[in-house]
Amino acid sequence: METISSGIIQGLKLFFSGDPALWQIIGVSAQVSGAALLLSALLGIPLGAVLGLTRFPGRRMIQALVYTGMGLPPVVVGLAVYLLLSNNGLLGPLQQAWIPKLFTVEAMIDAQVIIAAPLVIGYTMSAVGEVSPNLRLQVRSLGATRLQALGATLWEARRGVLVALIGGLGSILSEVGAVMMVGGNIDGSTRVMTTAILLETRRGNFELAIGLGIVLLGMAFLINLSAAQLQGKGH
Amino acid sequence: MAPVYQLANVTKAYSGRQILHINQLDIYPGEILAVVGPSGAGKSTLLRLLNFLEAPDSGSIYFNQQPINHQNVPLEIRRTVTTVFQNPALLSGSVTANLLFGLRLRGQNDGQKEVDEMLERFGLAALRRSPAHALSGGEAQRVALARALILKPSVLLLDEPTANLDPYNAEMIESVIRGINQAHQTTIVLVTHNIFQARRLADRVALMLNGEIIETADTQTFFENPRDSRTRRFVRGEMVW
Repeated sequence: METISSGIIQGLKLFFSGDPALWQIIGVSAQVSGAALLLSALLGIPLGAVLGLTRFPGRRMIQALVYTGMGLPPVVVGLAVYLLLSNNGLLGPLQQAWIPKLFTVEAMIDAQVIIAAPLVIGYTMSAVGEVSPNLRLQVRSLGATRLQALGATLWEARRGVLVALIGGLGSILSEVGAVMMVGGNIDGSTRVMTTAILLETRRGNFELAIGLGIVLLGMAFLINLSAAQLQGKGH
Repeated sequence: MAPVYQLANVTKAYSGRQILHINQLDIYPGEILAVVGPSGAGKSTLLRLLNFLEAPDSGSIYFNQQPINHQNVPLEIRRTVTTVFQNPALLSGSVTANLLFGLRLRGQNDGQKEVDEMLERFGLAALRRSPAHALSGGEAQRVALARALILKPSVLLLDEPTANLDPYNAEMIESVIRGINQAHQTTIVLVTHNIFQARRLADRVALMLNGEIIETADTQTFFENPRDSRTRRFVRGEMVW
């Protein structure tokens, strides 16, 4: 109990004193998860909207794949990306500029996109599917192009799309398996909050671990609070 | 006068069930055509085809003498036709945002003057900032009609616009329909269950049964001297399906 309380106090001190090691880790986490969420949104929102609104052969199969992707264990994603990017893997030997190297921030972002994108696609698909078909028909009747109708439908489904983004962010901010495997937890380079918590706990360095844990919880709370505020403004 | 719409041998089926089979229907510019008939007669499907929202399975639809390929209807043609559905289907946001929606789709970002005129005409000025979800059924339907009319369509399609409305709102909407037709020669196709409304508003009336147009005639002939026995029974209020 004493360890926990002293850990919390020390953790808060580290946070508010602007401890460079702690803030460096927070910065890498924000960079990796922020970029992964942005890419997942750019990929997932249009794809989810198209899957939710259009009918074509093979749609059910794609939906089933998306739902499977929503439950992908991060450690399996980490393993798959590791095998793809390693020097003996499928993509690693190609030595192309667009293929990131293992143990880099870019590799971690790619892994997190694979985790978050299915969640963004799946939730967006469900959100746009709940917009009334009458409303979609009305929008087209008012002269919307296909793209304008898609935009209007996404706007009407914005609360659900917001939930999709929160779900995606939650899944990558808190995951440890994929970033550990493809990032390698390198100090000053690929160490993020979750991998640092794991390392510092193993070392018995509870202050830093608890400090990072508090930051992680605080960030999750702030994100959800902002989302709740935004949802409230829609009403 | 050349028709706005010419439909010939138009069919439409859903899940193998034939909903529409129209041998011939012409709709003329500036007229109010009321389409009456029981539920499930295919009236709403007809409106969706006239608004190019769906394609017929077979047959041809000409719009202003141009054959329509429903897979690729030019935007400038689509934007001359607008539907007001029975369910007002308002977008989330304010009354003003709903009225501006169609204008913004057309790249017209400064439509406040037109919005103000519409709000006045429909008695909605006090509700301009009200969220759409807080409106009563009558108010919502007035917003839906104002949102369509602000676009100055040459063809207005109305699907049961006064169903479930109180007499005050129904009368106001009827008055606007009549006014817009007279002032701008807007072609109006009015789908209604209410034969009294059809008689009050329409220049011509068409009876639809089981997806077919049974009879089309000017309003007086339709109600006083119909050709088809089913029309005679329908206007007498007897079951015809």
